[in-house]
Parts: sequence; structure tokens; C-alpha cells
Amino acid sequence: MDLSYGPEYEDFRAELRAFIEKNQHKAPPAGMGMKHPEALEQDWQKLLIENGYTCRTIPKKYGGYGAEPDILKTVIIQEEFTKANVNSGLSGQGIGMLVPTLLENGNEEQREKYIRPTIYGEIHWCQGYSEPGAGSDLASLRTNARVEDDHFIINGQKIWTSGAHFADMCFILVRTEPDKPKHEGISYIMMDMKTPGIEVRPLVTMTGAAEFNETFLTDVKVPVENVVGKRGEGWKVANTTLKHERGMLGDPGQMLSRIESILKILQNEKLDGKRLIEHDMYRDRLIAAQAKTEALKFHSLRLLSHTLKNEEPGVSRLIVKYYGTTLARELSDIALEALGELGQLYMGSPHVRSHGSWQWRNMFDLGLIIGGGTSQIQKNIISERGLGMPREPKLAETK
Amino acid sequence: MEFGLSDDQKLLENSFRRFTENKLPLERIREFANTKTGCNADIWNGLVELAATGVLIPEQYGGAGFKMLDALVILESLGRTVTPVPFTGSAIMAPVALLTGGTEAQKEEWLPQIAAGETKFGVGVTEIISTRDSKGVSLSGDTLNGNTMFVIDGGPADVYLIAAGPDNMAIVPRTAPGVTVTQLTTIDYTRMHCEVKLEGVKADLLGGKGKASEAIKKTIMAGRLALAADTLGAAEVMIYKAVEYAKERKQFERAIASYQAVKHMCAEMITELEPFRSLLWYAAYAYDEMPDEALINILLAKSGIDEAGKFIKRTATEVHGGMGFTDLMGLHYWYKRVSVNRALLGTPDILRNEAAIAQGWLAA
Ligand SMILES: Cc1cc2nc3c(=O)[nH]c(=O)nc-3n(C[C@H](O)[C@H](O)[C@H](O)COP(=O)(O)OP(=O)(O)OC[C@H]3O[C@@H](n4cnc5c(N)ncnc54)[C@H](O)[C@@H]3O)c2cc1C
Ligand SMILES: Cc1cc2nc3c(=O)[nH]c(=O)nc-3n(C[C@H](O)[C@H](O)[C@H](O)COP(=O)(O)OP(=O)(O)OC[C@H]3O[C@@H](n4cnc5c(N)ncnc54)[C@H](O)[C@@H]3O)c2cc1C
Repeated sequence: MDLSYGPEYEDFRAELRAFIEKNQHKAPPAGMGMKHPEALEQDWQKLLIENGYTCRTIPKKYGGYGAEPDILKTVIIQEEFTKANVNSGLSGQGIGMLVPTLLENGNEEQREKYIRPTIYGEIHWCQGYSEPGAGSDLASLRTNARVEDDHFIINGQKIWTSGAHFADMCFILVRTEPDKPKHEGISYIMMDMKTPGIEVRPLVTMTGAAEFNETFLTDVKVPVENVVGKRGEGWKVANTTLKHERGMLGDPGQMLSRIESILKILQNEKLDGKRLIEHDMYRDRLIAAQAKTEALKFHSLRLLSHTLKNEEPGVSRLIVKYYGTTLARELSDIALEALGELGQLYMGSPHVRSHGSWQWRNMFDLGLIIGGGTSQIQKNIISERGLGMPREPKLAETK
Repeated sequence: MEFGLSDDQKLLENSFRRFTENKLPLERIREFANTKTGCNADIWNGLVELAATGVLIPEQYGGAGFKMLDALVILESLGRTVTPVPFTGSAIMAPVALLTGGTEAQKEEWLPQIAAGETKFGVGVTEIISTRDSKGVSLSGDTLNGNTMFVIDGGPADVYLIAAGPDNMAIVPRTAPGVTVTQLTTIDYTRMHCEVKLEGVKADLLGGKGKASEAIKKTIMAGRLALAADTLGAAEVMIYKAVEYAKERKQFERAIASYQAVKHMCAEMITELEPFRSLLWYAAYAYDEMPDEALINILLAKSGIDEAGKFIKRTATEVHGGMGFTDLMGLHYWYKRVSVNRALLGTPDILRNEAAIAQGWLAA
């Protein structure tokens, strides 16, 4: 254990604070990431990358800052942006999942072509994994691709494709070797969303908005060089992406800023003339959740250290998605409970607080408990891969 | 001794379940919800024909003269189909207020209209329970001023019963001079509550000046029972929808219902809920027959059902996987109904605090 902040780190923190102080007027509001980045977001992203405050360890030749990994600096960055409540740069499935996947499994040409525009917010990605019949059992997917004249010809249907309606590209899983066992016949392909034959239909969710889509694919032609990794090795490649998605869903930075926002609610709102923070039931719940959030923050540091040393962290990594998404929902629950009836108000209602965004988040948090591998699947993974327990036996054949 | 619904109550249950299930397939729920009016005329008229709007109103005023437990049997059916009608405000709380505290003339004027479904009531008692954005209405001389929020079923109401402090309740027609009604939109689009602002409104006081404290208390108790019964119905349906879906949906070449993880989620949901059905029945019975037992059991029943509802709305959605999160299954209509019921007339935190006071564990 060495967490000493030497002078180098104190300088780094001071510089970062000065940077935020000087530039925060240029920062777009911390958004929900539900639209294509526009000039404002792109310019801010560029400024952050040039100063090494995001995409810090992505190599320079791909457009990143190219720094050596340094946990303390990562922590300092997270802390300062959270404290200042300033947008800390773009996130999303491209930066969060595709880029690490390309760094791990892509070829040189693919990295050069896609990483830079992705991290600068010029190419926005969506994830085409799930199908109506293939959710938890993703490997049973049936969207298929045959090869004709250096092209894949893709046919099938994807569902839950978040952001497909404004994405430029999609990383998609398709079955390319129908005769192989289910995990060995899948390829991971990057597909331009403007290709003819792609039809995107919005899917309205419980929030009332259409956060994701059904994507229908009819004879969609994609050049064969767009496969990441080898043909038929898509399952392995996809698992790199999933690993990053699940890490992303347990992001403590976002939860720390939620604690700040909830604290503001407790300090500003009154129940029976008394500030909510003085009612011990709300305060107590917030602090209990704060304990879990701080635990997750340092847990993430521990995982990061493992990654930097190329160690496999085992069960401690496997719990992150389940723990993080459960905690996120707990936090939005606390905000809603504290607001009482006012918490039930929604978009556009008189007296609504922050435009009903706590309700929206609370519902979306439930979505994220399901998306990216449900809690039940996570618990199976934790117990089977993490604790070495045997898999549930196959059902006996029944009629 | 017999603890359970009588044969008559079972018949009542059957006929209301048939009625609401026929009237409200998912497409119609969606259609009505989108209107955000809080009352569907067709269903309201059907409830009038079934004498439901007068369930608690004695025969002499044109009602059916039933007891609270009978009323809850109906409410549970309405909750099962997230029925878009102002039943809690108009058919439960308002009749209880009038019967408990009204003068004979007030009863004769309003109860027959309520039973006939011609006049719909909204009931404003929020600030008696707790205050946040609004201070409540106050009476000076014979004039009312102030505002009250989350007036139960106030959206489609023609007349309001509004508490002005703990001892007075006013009968205020929506069209009276000085009345401003503002719709409040919650996540539940099947019922519409509102804010009512009164400026120099001349008061017709329930039972006369300073005579409504008992009526206000009973109205709140009745409202809490009604919301709890509504949640009971809605939550139970969520459980059975989850069970049915799990039997149909296959992953890894088997029905997801065959996974113990999924079975246990369903088993936990029903286990959390069913004991509270019993407590709710007891509380409803106590409301009519054992007044000393009523208050505490109502507080425990609503807070307990609200907590079970919170667990069930989430878990039933999880069993449905991504489908539960979409609008396609419409599961969210039940989810939202349960959420809003929980917050109205006292969140569980507030109810438990009241329960401590009611039992003398804590000074008021
Ligand atoms: C908000 C959100 C965003 C999403 N974004 C994307 C996206 O961008 N791209 C994409 O491709 N997909 C996306 N998804 C899809 C998501 O990955 C799937 O919904 C998820 O994997 C679950 O699959 P399913 O919905 O088919 O549920 P099912 O697999 O049908 O699961 C239904 C229930 O059965 C349980 N279950 C299934 N198998 C087992 C088992 N073996 N043991 C125990 N329990 C089991 C589940 O836990 C769940 O409770 C998103 C989903 C949501 C909700
Ligand atoms: C305080 C006490 C008093 C008892 N009194 C009596 C008595 O008076 N008479 C008598 O005959 N017995 C008695 N028992 C025994 C009791 O019935 C058994 O302990 C019980 O049935 C569990 O069996 P087991 O101990 O063999 O555990 P196991 O069956 O080996 O179970 C071990 C664990 O595996 C889980 N498990 C097992 N099968 C499944 C499954 N299919 N699905 C999911 N999980 C499963 C269990 O839940 C448990 O967590 C008593 C036990 C206790 C603890």
C-alpha cells in the first residue's frame, strides 16, 4: 500500500483545480449521454484530452494523451471533477467499450481508423448484441452473416440497441459459422449505421422516452476487414467489451456526485418545517449508502492496481456490476423517498424537482440492473466463477 | 370465529374482477392513461350500475350500505387493472367524511349525488399529515385561504372536501369564486391529483365550525385503507404476470421459471405480500367493528403493504428482463400505481412515526 501524495501529486491537483476554475464556463452541463455529442461537447472533450484529464492512457498515436497509467492521478481527476460538479468528458459505449476492445483485440489499421474519432466524439457507437430470443443467453444469437465478394451480408434482428437512432456505427455480434457450436460461430463486426438495409425502430420504455431501439437488418453489406479479432472468435472479443461495460456500470464517480446532489436535497428541502437532513431516517440512509459508495470507490482503486500489474482480480471484479447497479438504484430511491409525494411528480408538473430526473434515473437504474447481464446472471457468475461453485445442473429432459 | 371473506364478499370480488378485466385489456389502459384525465366515463358509469360508487353510503341516501371490508374488495379489483377512476377520493374518502361529520342537510345534499356518480369529489388532507411545498388551508371568520396539494383524485373532481386545520373541513365546489385548481402530474397517469388554491372562499363547513376533527381522522384512515387495497391488487397482479412470463420465456433452452433464482424471486414476492392481505382485512374489519384497534392497524397495514409493493414492483420487473423495462408489456402502469400509492397520505416513514405516537412510544 502506498498512497502518499508526494509533491508531484499536489502540483497535479493544483494544476487541475486551476484548469477547472479557468475553463469550466466552456463545459457543457453533465448530460445523460442520450444524444450525439455536438460541437460544445466535442470541444470540451478535445480540451480535456489535450490536458490529459480524460482518455489519459490511450496512446498518442490514436489521439489519446499517452500517459503512463497512474492511479493517484486517476483518483485526483475523478475527485476534482466530482467536487466541482463539472462535466468530466464523454462516456458511452464507444469510449467505454469499443475503444478498450480495439486496444486489446483490434488490428493496427482498425485502431488508427476508429479510436481517434471515437474519443473525440465524432463517431458515436451503439452496441448490437441482444436479440429478442438472445438476452441472458447471448451466445444463442441468430442474426447471421454470409460472405460474398469481400463483404459480410448480414440478416436478422437486434433489440435494446441503446442510442441506435443517433449512432454512426454499431459493434455487432453475428453468427458467421452456423455449423460450429454456439460459442464458436460468432463474429464481432463494426458496421456503419448508414449502410442500406438497416431499419431502426424506437422502443418506448417505462420512462416514457425511447432510449433504445429495435434494429432490423436486411442484406446489410459490411466489408470483411471490419471484423475485430478473427472470424468465429467474436464471443471472446465480446467478453472483453462486456467486462468493460460491467466495469462502467459500477462507476463510483457518478455515484459520488449523486451523493452530493442528494445531500443538497436533504439540506434544502423541508418536511414539517424541519430540514430533511435533521430527520434522522433520511440522513441515516444517505450515510449508509455513502459508506457503500466510498467502499466502491476504493474497491475500484484496488481493481485498477490489479489491472496495471496485469493480475486477475478474481471475485472482487465479478461483484462490481451487481454491487454498483444495486447501489445506484438505492441512491435514487433515497432521493425519491426523501422527497415524499413531491418525488412522484414527473416531467412538466408544477412543483416537480429537477424536472422529474430522479424518477427517470430511478427507473433507468432498474433498467441497468437488468441490462448488461441481469443481477441473477451476475450472481451466477459470482458464485460459479468467483467462488468455484458448480453450475446449476441441466434440466432432465421433460415432456 | 372465521377469518376470511364471506361468501357474499367472494361473489362481490368475482363480479368486480370480471367487470374490470373485461373493461381493461392493456390497450385500453394505455389509451386511457394517455388522456391523463383521471376518470374514464364508461368505467365510472359501469361502477355506478354495480352500485360501487355508493358502497359505503347507507341505503337511505341511495347507496348500498356496505362495510369497509366490502369496499376494499372492490378497491383491490380496481387496483388489479390500474382502473382509471377517482374511486378513493369520491367513493371512499368523501362519503366517510360526510357520514362522520356532515349535518343531515349536507348528507342529504351530497351523498345521493355521490352514490349516483353524478358528482365526483376530491379530498385535500395532505397538510394534516405533513407539509412540504404547501402550508394548507386556514379559516378566518367564515373565509378560507391557502393551498393544499395532492388533493386525492382532485383532477376530475367537481367538488372538494378540504381540511382547514385539524378541526375544520370545507365543502368547496370547483367552480366557486376564488378557487384555482392546478393539475399535478405524477408518474401514474391513471389517476389525477391536484393542487387547490383558495382565495377568500366562503366556507360551507362540514358539521359546522370546529366540528370536523373526527371526520378528518376517519377520512384519512379510510383513504389509507383504500390506497393499501389498491396496491395489494396491483402488486398481486405484478407477481402473477411475472410467474406467467417466466413460464413462457425460454433462455438457455429452458423456461426461465425453471431457474431457482427466478422461482425464488417469485416466492419471495408472494411471501412478502400475502400476510399483509390478512392484516389489511383485519384493519378494515376493525375500522367498522373495533374502533380502538383501527388506527394502529391501518398504519401498520399501509406502511407494510407499501414496502412489499416497493419490493414487488422492482422484482417483478426484473423477472421480465429487458421486456419489463419497455412499454411493450405495460408492466410499468402497475409499477407506477404502486409507487404513487406509497407516497400518498403518508410515506411508510411518516406512517411508522405516527404508529409510534399512536402507541404512546413517542410524544406527539
Ligand atoms: C436499460 C437497458 C439497456 C440495454 N442496452 C443494450 C445495448 O445497448 N445493446 C444490447 O445489445 N443490449 C442491451 N440491453 C439488453 C440487455 O443486455 C438484456 O436485456 C439482458 O441481457 C437480459 O436479457 P433479456 O432482457 O432477454 O432477459 P432474459 O434473459 O429473458 O431474462 C429474464 C429473467 O430470467 C432470468 N434468467 C435468465 N437466465 C437465467 C439463468 N441462467 N439463471 C437465473 N436466472 C436467469 C434473468 O435474470 C431475468 O430475471 C439493454 C437492456 C436494458 C434494460
Ligand atoms: C433447529 C433444527 C431443528 C430440527 N428439528 C428436526 C426434527 O424435529 N425432526 C427432523 O426430522 N428434522 C429436524 N431438523 C432437520 C431439518 O429438517 C433439516 O436440517 C433440513 O431439512 C435440511 O436438511 P439438511 O440439514 O440435510 O441440509 P441440506 O438438505 O443438506 O441443505 C443444505 C443447504 O442446501 C440448501 N438446499 C438443499 N436442497 C436444496 C434445493 N433443492 N434447492 C435449494 N437449496 C437447497 C438448503 O437450503 C441449505 O441451505 C431440524 C433442523 C434444525 C436446524
